[in-house]
Amino acid sequence: MEHKGPDGAAIRREIESLKATKADIESQISSLEARLRDMNLGTEAVSINGSCPLTSAVDVSLRHGLSPDMIHRYSRHLLLPSFGVEAQSNLLKASILVVGAGGLGSPALLYLASCGVGRLGIVDNDVVELNNMHRQIIHTEAYIGQPKVESAAEACRAVNSTIQIVKHKEALRTSNALKIMSQYDIVVDATDNAPSRYMISDCCVLLGKPLVSGAALGLEGQLTVYNYKGGPCYRCLFPTPPPTTACQRCSDSGVLGVVPGIIGCLQALEAIKIASSVGEPLSGRMLLFDALSARIRIVKIRGKSSECAACGETTRFTGEQFQNFDYEKFTQSPMVASPPKLNLLPQDSRISGIEYSKIVKDGEAHILVDVRPEHHFRIVSLPNSLNVPLSALENRVSEISLAMKEIEGQNGKGASLFVICRRGNDSQRAVQYLQKVGFTSAKDIVGGIEGWAGEVDPSFPAY
Amino acid sequence: MERQMEPEMETSTASSGDKVLSSISIKVLFFARARDLTGLSETPLVVPYGSTANYCLEALISKFPRLEEIHHCMVLALNEEYAAGSSTVKDNDELAIIPPISGG
Repeated sequence: MEHKGPDGAAIRREIESLKATKADIESQISSLEARLRDMNLGTEAVSINGSCPLTSAVDVSLRHGLSPDMIHRYSRHLLLPSFGVEAQSNLLKASILVVGAGGLGSPALLYLASCGVGRLGIVDNDVVELNNMHRQIIHTEAYIGQPKVESAAEACRAVNSTIQIVKHKEALRTSNALKIMSQYDIVVDATDNAPSRYMISDCCVLLGKPLVSGAALGLEGQLTVYNYKGGPCYRCLFPTPPPTTACQRCSDSGVLGVVPGIIGCLQALEAIKIASSVGEPLSGRMLLFDALSARIRIVKIRGKSSECAACGETTRFTGEQFQNFDYEKFTQSPMVASPPKLNLLPQDSRISGIEYSKIVKDGEAHILVDVRPEHHFRIVSLPNSLNVPLSALENRVSEISLAMKEIEGQNGKGASLFVICRRGNDSQRAVQYLQKVGFTSAKDIVGGIEGWAGEVDPSFPAY
Repeated sequence: MERQMEPEMETSTASSGDKVLSSISIKVLFFARARDLTGLSETPLVVPYGSTANYCLEALISKFPRLEEIHHCMVLALNEEYAAGSSTVKDNDELAIIPPISGG
């Protein structure tokens, strides 16, 4: 390049250094703000007998306890005849915990912060990733790689600096759930997995807290309020956990970004109704949202089950039992986002991505079968691979035989058969089947195309 | 009166208005995983008069064997209300099969 001046690397270094300074300043501001909040709390706790700070000298003369700033900020709520100062005061005194700052938690947290919930807790142990951005609207690109709790707390603070925001940067487990959840009036379940849902529901039963539960996957969403004034809990409805195959995750099945957005907004609404004692919460009913057909159905669900293992009449479910209960074993699925890594094959039936890349480079005769679903294959695939989805493998074995014969004919000698999938689990299942039906030398590629992107070709798109 | 009929007992009849019915037709709605497993969001189902919700579920599983996966983990709703497996279905009823969603 002709033009003189700092090169790209120097600019990138400067950006990094400025970002570090910015992060440092932001953390100083946060800690000063926290000190200020604590001071306010300390001086006013006596007079208002509540959990959140109400500032201004006018407080004493206004019986509802709203400061002039609050009256201005929440004026549209106060103007609502069915909401008004009483409901707003209730909100300002309420505390709500949102478990999960992902697709559901993003809009839920933003609305709960902006509407003036006195104390808002956020539990999350993940970091922000690029593939979260299409639905987790509370996070911005600048926070990629940083804890979701920090990002979410900062966004909430940016819309409402007058409420108390509590960050719980840890995964919710049986060991900490009772302690964390006991500090709040209402719990919002915005998690993404079955074991967490059972654990949070059981903990709400133990602590007697209402639970606003939302879920979304693909193009559908569900919403219910559990354990509210004698209503059913999650276990009353689903005493038997779904089999692992039925527990799908957004990272496997996909989700249209706005769908959890809608359910998260509805969760905020239900939490606000309960916190402010307004309206009729969605207890004993389940809302089913179908994005494709633009339909919302509300179904009456069963009442509390007298035989429920958590809240049943004769059940004595204790805190100790809760803490010793293995929710991952119960649901046979993990609480963490990372998918399981299976080990179904002996080592000599598997090769690494690097080994496979050598086979390609050396021009060794082989067939590569990609067993991912067709719509995955269309996103990205390795060159010269043959797509035979695992679900159709049994019926399409002849295609593999044909391809093998063809390549063996061209080379006049035997060819190898390799199988790849997204992460290296389905490929093992496929190899097990292929070996059984006669392809005894079939091998799978460890780690799948995710592994390939990691160890062989970093420019290979991840999805 | 609740009673569960076998499919072969088509001779049994009961009057519904002016018509005499030996079998009834209902609409089944599938949600979430049930949609994936059947590939449908709804389907008509003809069952003998007097059939229970459980009987309908069994009939659906024999029609769509993959539904067995969620057999023990679902909410059954008859005309948008919770239904025990022993509830009797009527002509033109709407039976919803609602497995839980875990994602978020």
